[in-house]
Amino acid sequence: MNYKQMLRQNKMPHIWCPGCGHGMVLAAFLRALAQKELDPNNVAVISGIGCSSRASGYLDFNTLHTTHGRAIPFATGIKMAKPNLKVIVLTGDGDSTAIGGNHLIHAARRNIDLTVIVFNNNIYGMTSGQYSPLTPHMKLATTAPYGNFDYPFDLVNLAKGAGATFVARGATSQPRHLEKLISQGLDHNGFSLVEVVTQCPTYFGRKNKMGSPVDMLQWQRENTSTSGKEGTIPLGVFVQEERPEYGANYLQLVKTVAEGKSGE
Amino acid sequence: MGNKRLVQGNEACVEGALKAGARFFAGYPITPSTEIAELMAEKLPLVGGVFMQMEDEIASIATIIGASIAGAKALTATSGPGFSLMQENLGFAAMTEVPLVVVNVTRGGPSTGTPTKASQGDFMQARWGCHGDHPVIVLAPSSVQEVYDLTITAFNMAEKYMVPVVLLYDEVVGHLREGVKLASSQAVIDREMPTVSPSEYLPYATGDGLIPKLAPFGSGYRYHMSGLSHDETGFPTSNPATIEKLLIRLNDKIEKNRKDIIKYKAYDLDDAQVIFLAYGSPVRSALQVQKEARARGEKVGLIQLKTLWPFPHELLADVFAATKADFIIPELSLGQLADEVSKSVPQAKITRVNRNDGALITPAQLEQALKGVL
Repeated sequence: MNYKQMLRQNKMPHIWCPGCGHGMVLAAFLRALAQKELDPNNVAVISGIGCSSRASGYLDFNTLHTTHGRAIPFATGIKMAKPNLKVIVLTGDGDSTAIGGNHLIHAARRNIDLTVIVFNNNIYGMTSGQYSPLTPHMKLATTAPYGNFDYPFDLVNLAKGAGATFVARGATSQPRHLEKLISQGLDHNGFSLVEVVTQCPTYFGRKNKMGSPVDMLQWQRENTSTSGKEGTIPLGVFVQEERPEYGANYLQLVKTVAEGKSGE
Repeated sequence: MGNKRLVQGNEACVEGALKAGARFFAGYPITPSTEIAELMAEKLPLVGGVFMQMEDEIASIATIIGASIAGAKALTATSGPGFSLMQENLGFAAMTEVPLVVVNVTRGGPSTGTPTKASQGDFMQARWGCHGDHPVIVLAPSSVQEVYDLTITAFNMAEKYMVPVVLLYDEVVGHLREGVKLASSQAVIDREMPTVSPSEYLPYATGDGLIPKLAPFGSGYRYHMSGLSHDETGFPTSNPATIEKLLIRLNDKIEKNRKDIIKYKAYDLDDAQVIFLAYGSPVRSALQVQKEARARGEKVGLIQLKTLWPFPHELLADVFAATKADFIIPELSLGQLADEVSKSVPQAKITRVNRNDGALITPAQLEQALKGVL
C-alpha cells in the first residue's frame, strides 16, 4: 500500500508552518504503517490538542481529535471496547508530558497495546511558543524570556521507569531510521512509545537563534547519535521486552471468571 | 410482593445499568459513589464487560467516551470533586454527541466538603458545569426503586438523543436500602446505525431530524470526530453559519423534545393551595407531610421532579396558572432549585426550606414551614 493513499487528500494543505518537522514525522509513520497491510477500517488514530494533534484529521482511518492531554485515555477506551482495532496515539511534548503526563505513565504501567508517537519540538507551537516539560534548561520561550529555569524530563527514561515495554527515540534528521523505529513500535504487543525529535523553526528555532529549518536539521545531525556518542541525544531502541498485555490479561480474567475459577 | 430484594441505592444503579446494556465502566474511587465501582468490578467480568479503575476522573470519563465511540454502552460514577474534574470531557461528549451516563452521588461541598453526608449543591453544576452552551439531560431519583428505573431511562435517553446524561442523587438515596423490584418494563433503546453506505456517509448530517447516526469506530465507516466546531463531515470549520447551525442543533435536539424527556410525579394538585416541590431525598419527607396534611383536610400537593434538566418551566407555570398555589421548596443547598423555580413562576410565593449541614430535611421542619404558609 502506498502511504499517500492513507491521507485525506482533500484536507491538504495541512496547517503546519513551512519547515516544520511534523510532516516528516507523519510521513515516516505512514510509511511504517503501510508495510503492515492493515485494513484502514481497523485502524484508529487518536490525538490530543496542539500542532501535532492536528495530524489525525489528515488520515483516512477512524480518527479522533480529543481534549488537551487526554488522547491516551480516549484511546484506552477504544482499545478495550474493540481490541481488534490497531490504536495509535499522535501527540506532542506538551500534550503528552505536561497536561497528559499522568495518563502517559499509567498507560505505560498497564502495558496496554497502544503505540504512542510523541512529536517533540520542545515547545508549545499552537499557542505560539511557550516552554514545555521537554524544553531544555535555559532555552528561550515566550514564557521564558530570561531562559527556561525548569529542568526537562528525559522522556525515554520516564516511559521506561513507568513500565513501557517498548521505548525508542528517533529524529526527523534521520527519517528512514525513524520509520524503522515506528515500525518496530507498531509491531510491539504492549505499550510502545516513540519519541521523535522534530524541529519547530517558527517558535523554538527563531527564539533560540537556531537558523533555518535546514540549520535545525543539521543541529540534530550533530547533536544526536545512534551510537551513544558522549554529549549527544541518544537515538534508537532503549526498551524492548515481552510482558503480558493489559487487554489480553483482562480477556483471560473474564474467561477465568466465566469458568467459575475466580478465588481459587 | 415477590421478586423484591433489599438493595442499596448504588447497587440498584449497577443493576439498572447492566439491565440497560452497559458493558463498560471506568472510574476512580470517591465517597459516596464507590460501591458502584466495586460492584461493577465484580459483575462486569461475569457478563464479558470491561471494568477499569483509572488514574483519575479525567481519565475515567475520557475512557468511557472512547468506549462509547467504539460502540459500547458505558458509564462512570463519581461525586462532587470528581464531577468537577470531568466537566471538560463532559462538554466534549456533548459537542461530539457521544452517548454515556455519568452518575454523580452528591455530597457536601464546596471542595472536599463533607464526603459522607448528603447535599444537593450540584444542581447547577450538573447543568452548567462545563463551558459553552451545551446540551445535557439530568435525572434525579429519590428512592432505590427510582435509581434502578431512572438508570435504565438515563441510558435510553443517552442513546436516543446522542447526549451525555447525568444521574444525580444524594448520598442518602445512594446509601439507602429498600425493597426493590429489579425488573423493568422499559424497552432498552440502542443508538441508530447509519442507513447509507460508507462512501455516502456524513456523520453529523441529520436530514430532517436533529440527531446524528454515529457509526461505532471499526464498523467500516471511517470519519473524523473532533471537539472543535465542525460541519456535517465532522471536520473543523470556522464558517460562522456552520458554527451557529451546529450549536443551535445541539441544543434544539433536547429543547424540542422536552415533552419526552421531562419526567415528574404529581400528587393532589387539582385544588392545592400549597405545593411542595422537591427532588431527591427531600421528596421523602415532603411526601409524608403532604399525606398527613391531606388527611387533616388541608389542600396540599406535591410535585416530585425526576428530570431536573431540561428544567420543567412550562409545567410549573401551568400548575401555578391553574392553582395560584404557594410553593414550599425543601432542598439540601442554599436554594439552587428555588432560584430556578422563581424563573418559572415569578408571581408565586415561594417558601424556601434549606439545610446545608449534611443532615436530612425532616418532616417536622416541613410541618413547621407548612404552618407558616397555611
